[in-house]
This record gives sequence, structure tokens and C-alpha cells, in this order.
Amino acid sequence: MALAQADVLAGLKEIVEEVAGIPAASIELDKNFTEDLEVDSLSMVEVVVACEERFGVKIPDEKVTELVTVGDAVNFIVNASN
Amino acid sequence: MSQRRVVVTGLGATTPLGGDVDSTWKAVLAGQSGVRLLTDDWREMLPVHFAARVATEPSEQMERVEMRRLDRSEQFALIASREAWKDAGSPDELDKERLGVVIASGIGGVITLMDQFNILNEKGARSVSPHTVPMLMPNGPAANVGLELQAKAGVHTPVSACASGAEAIGYAFEMIKNNRADIVVSGGVEAACHQLPMAAFAAMKALSTRNDDPARASRPYDRDRDGFVLGEGGGILVLEEYEHAKARGAKIYCEISGQGLTSDGYHIAAPDPEGSGVQRAIKFALQNAGMTAKDIFHLNAHATSTPAGDVAEANALRKALGADADHVAVSATKSMTGHLLGGAGAIESVFLVKALQDRLAPPTINIENLDPAVTVDVVRDTPRALPAGDIAALNDSFGFGGHNVVLVFNSL
Repeated sequence: MALAQADVLAGLKEIVEEVAGIPAASIELDKNFTEDLEVDSLSMVEVVVACEERFGVKIPDEKVTELVTVGDAVNFIVNASN
Repeated sequence: MSQRRVVVTGLGATTPLGGDVDSTWKAVLAGQSGVRLLTDDWREMLPVHFAARVATEPSEQMERVEMRRLDRSEQFALIASREAWKDAGSPDELDKERLGVVIASGIGGVITLMDQFNILNEKGARSVSPHTVPMLMPNGPAANVGLELQAKAGVHTPVSACASGAEAIGYAFEMIKNNRADIVVSGGVEAACHQLPMAAFAAMKALSTRNDDPARASRPYDRDRDGFVLGEGGGILVLEEYEHAKARGAKIYCEISGQGLTSDGYHIAAPDPEGSGVQRAIKFALQNAGMTAKDIFHLNAHATSTPAGDVAEANALRKALGADADHVAVSATKSMTGHLLGGAGAIESVFLVKALQDRLAPPTINIENLDPAVTVDVVRDTPRALPAGDIAALNDSFGFGGHNVVLVFNSL
């Protein structure tokens, strides 16, 4: 069963706050990881690995570059959980 | 170009005695010990159950998110450098191409290395932190401070075991002397209070095993000393070209006027009992500073509390300084801080600068019976007043591998 978008967004907010110190309240679907949230390439690796653990999905390295916004990541995780 | 002189304009520290220079120095003058029983479960598998951890955890001085990307040694470096930079008056308007950083570590990010090795074994390669390499590299402390200050004259990390911190200060001194930089943030840090380095030092029989009395375990020059006590933390000095410091109205603590560097060519870990390398380092340092033994009134010794090292050093000091050793107040502050390895020469240089400022040689604690083989004048139990007027002082540091570093500081 697919994960709900709202649950994935809530979980992702916690992960980004833990890794990068960005307050969860400022993390929204249209935010760009690098430009808006200042998540650098090393921290993005941490976010991805934490998402894999938390949501039980695989995020291949070649897909990571396509996850530009928070919404991209949420959609990828929801679809991958199908 | 006229001869460039180098002065100290800022100090920073985080040590087993305090989270900054003032609290540390106050505890040193009071003769307090920073050595305590470890609270970690792993202590039970070691023959040594104590160490000198920092008095103030980095989490009290640094944001959580910043901390998680930094090895503990890098946390110490940033904390002490921020204090030192502020103490120097935060000269941020300086041309960054004239700003350097030289910060050493003896071992590097060993705690990160071991933690990530455990994660690799338990959870697999994908779980290894992408921050691991910048955290474990020995130049990480210098690199992080250089990045924060935007230093562009050069960021360096000399590695010479327990002489590393002193060598870093000497390197910084040379950078200013040779006109590569006008200000250099320099010093050393170490964060190795971990079961592996402790087991390894214990395997060399280098550590004290006085488990029943940790606070009295580090006892340089005492007849019954049985090894060093591992400490952690670091010290930072802001070195600055004299005219540059005067022009901006900086507070000037003292001058650093010379360094002497030699190597023993004797043994990978044992000190040369003749101490000829130490004697030559003292001779070169005095020559480099344009001084003689007559000018020296205080010395912060390496004196780690090992049976062989303390006497070899004391003999070398006596031979190098001759009759003038009689007016040199020798302090072994590792009796209070434990041995900070790559941070030792740096924190002891901070103490030397404070000693010149306050005209007080710090005490050596825990000497119950002075080893009769020690023929230098050791300051015991309470601080000793140093003479007024122009005086100079030495800091000597030695490292496994046979590295000898002597620094000369003098009042201005």
C-alpha cells in the first residue's frame, strides 16, 4: 500500500530538520533543497539514506539528482512505496 | 625589508580544567586536577579507568547541527579559535590573503573513524556518513577554522605526535616572519579519549594505571610516577606581525621570538636518554631568538609523568641551560591537564603567555617525593612569582618519532 503524501512530508520534514537544522515549519513541497533550504550535496546523501531507512524504499543514486524540490522527493517516495 | 617580529594578540582554549582560557588558567593557578574516572562502560575492558576529558562539553558551546558534521577534535578547534579570534579583537577587516591557520592534531578524527567503522559493519556501506572524510582527516580542525575565518594565506597541519601543537605554533611564527601572512591562528587539538587509543597507549605501558586515585595519577617528576594520563581539548594562539598589531591598536600579550626544531634519530617511541636532540633544540631556539640562557626565567616542560621521559628531559634542560637553569622556574602543567597529545604544546604555550602576563609560573601538583634524579628547579604545589622587567620563557614539546620543538616567548 502506498504511503500517504502527508505522512511522507511530515517524515521528510523531521529528517531535514535533523540533518540540516532547517525548522520543519519552513519546509514545504515547493522548496528547493539546495537554493531554499541550503542542503548541500553531502547532507543530501544523509537525507536520502535516512529516507530509505524510514520509508522502506530504495532511492537509486541516479534518481537523487532529479529530486530538486521537497515535492519531488515526496512524490518519488510515495510512488516507490506502491 | 626590516626584520618582522611576531606577537601574541589572542588566546583561546577548551581543556579538562575549563571551557575557556580564564577558567582554565584560574584552575591551573589553584592547582586543580582535571583528571577523573571515565563514566563509559568500555573502561572496564582497559587497564586504565580514567582520563582528563574537557570540563565543558562542546554541546554547551555549539549548535547541534554544526556539531554533527564535525569530529570532536574539530569542535574543540572551532570553540577555542572563536574565543581566540574574539580575544584578538575580531580583526575581520584584515585582507584574508594575509590570514593563515596552522592547527595540529596528533591523531586526527579517530573517534569518527571508529564510529563509522562500527556503522559500516553493523548497517553497511550506504549508512556510512558522507561527512566521514572531512571529519577524520587530521587537517580537518585547521580546515574548518580556515573556512570559518576565510583564511587564504595558507591552512596547514604539521603532524609530529605530541610535538604537533608546538610545531604548529612554530610554523605560524615562520609564516609571519617570512611575510606570507600578517595574522595566523595557530595551535593544536586532540580528541582521543576512546577505548582504542587508550588500549593502544596502555599496550605501550605509557599510561598511568593509578585507578584508585585518578586525580593524583599525573605526577611529573615524582619518584613514583607510572605513566601519563590521556587528556583532550586544545589551545589556540593568534599570532600577529608586531607593526600590524600596533597599527590596529591590538592588545599585545607578548612576543614569540624563536623556535628550535630537531629530531633524535634514536628510537620510535623512547626518549634519547642523553637528550642531545632536546639540547640542540634549546640551543637553536635561543639562537633564533637572539637570546641566551641568561634571559630565560620560566619553562613549561613537556614532562608527561613517564618514568623515562621526565628525567631525560630534565637532564637535557640542565645541560642546555647550565648554571642559568638555577633561575628557571620549571612547571609541568600536565600534572593538572593530563596529556593533550597534539594539543599539549598549544595549551602549554597558552599557559606560558599567561605566566608572562601575570608573572606567575604555574604549579606542578602531585609531587610527593621529588625524584632525586631531577636537577632542575620545579615549581611545586603553588604558583611562583616571576621577576619583573624583560624576561623570556621556553615551552618544549617532544613527540613519538623523536621530534623536539622548543618555542621562545618574551615579555614586551
